[in-house]
Amino acid sequence: MTATLERPSETVEVKKKRPVTPARVALHVFLVLTCLMTLAPLLWAVYASLRTYEDTSVNGYFSIAKSLTFENFAKAWEIGDLPHFYWNTFLITVPALVITLVLSSMVAFGVSRFSFKFNIALLMLFTAGNLLPQQVIVTPLWRLYRLIELPAWVSESESLIDSPLGVILIHIAFQMGFCTFVLSNYMKTIPYELTEAARVDGASVFRQYWQLTLPLCRPVLAALATLEFTWIYNDFLWALVLIQDGDKMPVTSALQNLKGTFFTDNNLIAAGSLLVALPTLVVFFVLQRQFVGGLTLGSTKG
Amino acid sequence: MTAVQEKPKAVAPSGPPPRRRGKRATALAGTDTLVLALMLGIPTIVHLLFVWIPALGSVALSLSRWNGIGGLEDIEWIGVANYVEIFTEYPRFWPAVQHNLIWLLFLLVVPTSVGLLLAVLLDRELRFSRIYQSALYLPMVLSLALVGFIWQLIYTPDGGLLNSVLGLGDDPVDWIGDSDVNLYAVLVAAAWRHTGYIMLLYLAGLKSVDPALKEAAALDGASATQTFFRVTFPVMKPVNIVVAVVTVIEALRAFDIVYVINKGRNGLELLSVLVTDNIIGEASRIGRGSAVAVILLTISLGVIIPYLYQVFSKENRT
Repeated sequence: MTATLERPSETVEVKKKRPVTPARVALHVFLVLTCLMTLAPLLWAVYASLRTYEDTSVNGYFSIAKSLTFENFAKAWEIGDLPHFYWNTFLITVPALVITLVLSSMVAFGVSRFSFKFNIALLMLFTAGNLLPQQVIVTPLWRLYRLIELPAWVSESESLIDSPLGVILIHIAFQMGFCTFVLSNYMKTIPYELTEAARVDGASVFRQYWQLTLPLCRPVLAALATLEFTWIYNDFLWALVLIQDGDKMPVTSALQNLKGTFFTDNNLIAAGSLLVALPTLVVFFVLQRQFVGGLTLGSTKG
Repeated sequence: MTAVQEKPKAVAPSGPPPRRRGKRATALAGTDTLVLALMLGIPTIVHLLFVWIPALGSVALSLSRWNGIGGLEDIEWIGVANYVEIFTEYPRFWPAVQHNLIWLLFLLVVPTSVGLLLAVLLDRELRFSRIYQSALYLPMVLSLALVGFIWQLIYTPDGGLLNSVLGLGDDPVDWIGDSDVNLYAVLVAAAWRHTGYIMLLYLAGLKSVDPALKEAAALDGASATQTFFRVTFPVMKPVNIVVAVVTVIEALRAFDIVYVINKGRNGLELLSVLVTDNIIGEASRIGRGSAVAVILLTISLGVIIPYLYQVFSKENRT
């Protein structure tokens, strides 16, 4: 099938006159089926979430629904105490995201605008750090967090363990690698004369960074913000290990608690899972270009 | 995003300015040097303190016996005994290695070939292309933990989709509970999420291939298949490397999905689970857990270092 499709160059003119060839139709059919199969697990979860426990326990899940209802969502929202866990996630995600972008843009600026001997070594350090499996650092980190004492007004637990601050810090430290890599690649494409001219005009290093370079980086920053939001929101391991009080967990890790709360009501689990997925799905639909762009930048510019 | 590609062209006519290496830093005023030092120093310290120092800490702790609860003075240094024990006695280690290897092979074969095929099919003027792409990317935004939850609805023996579709309603397979099949069931779910990412990488890679190359090959009488395998695919070497690195790292990191399903037991043991079990699970043998972490570190550095070399040696040349 594909063999006939891959010779479009020789038949460009013919194609324009007759856009509907059997090969094209086959291609579309194949793609539609693949897309449906990709979406099927999610659609199945939506379907299950809209049915009542009574309906599915009698008729099974593989049946025509007697009635559809949003009851499960309301129930999951309440029993799972979702607003509370969304808030926990918010408290971690927003500061982590902002600080990661600020710090990594600073490093990227320094490395791409000035020539130091250690430029490449520094970039390599950040890039490599971001690629490590989290498990390599998690045990000492967990112990380190328990060692660091904090005043009660900074952290209720008086240490970094069991505190949103601890999770924020590791997100920043870990995610900085990827952002620095992407941002420095981007900043290298900004004409050198620009900061040179600003410098001649007497602009300080900080002004060259804050007022000149950062505004030019808006598209990458938007892409990275989208991507980092999803990644930090989706984090499961850091919070699971570094937060022991179930009440302080972000929503993704709290799912584990919800599983117990919902006993074996799969319809409720489906509704709860979809509610947890909702923010990332919204971000994906609204900011898909940024999301895809960020991932592409991180890979092909290497 | 296209701005990235366009910018160098804009500069090109005036010619790239010769870089005067080393001069800039010394020409800075006192406060500027300080500001720059802080801008580079603070993030570096944060990164070192929370990523690299703990990574080295794993290496140190792997040579110790410690329950992790007591103070640092309780640490007993025992040399490589943890490694010896892991390789010879620890019953969960070799199954975990095997599962990680299967994980890696599965991800390298299935999502990579499917993702590449889809990218090739979508890399052309095509109506609804954006809609197809959106649908195929969608699983990527879900966390692996959520993927685990969503797929459990499909795999459950209690009226799950898969058993019903296969007509096994009366004699259902326990896709998650049966240790002979659960690894593969979980892998299908993980691959579901991974494929979109691979497709995205290859789509970007295909777009960056110079069309003139393909035309030249076609003029020389190469068939479409030949052109793809002999010209396009080799030219995409950088993307292939990224795909390989991403996949290996993903296979080593795999944790969330097995943890939400059954905490990584009964056929779903992974190296990552053996590490975390010592802090949040039943075992509390920090030394042994850290030794497993060091094994993970060694394998991952085995791909990270060649990758860095590839990326940054190119940088030096330009």
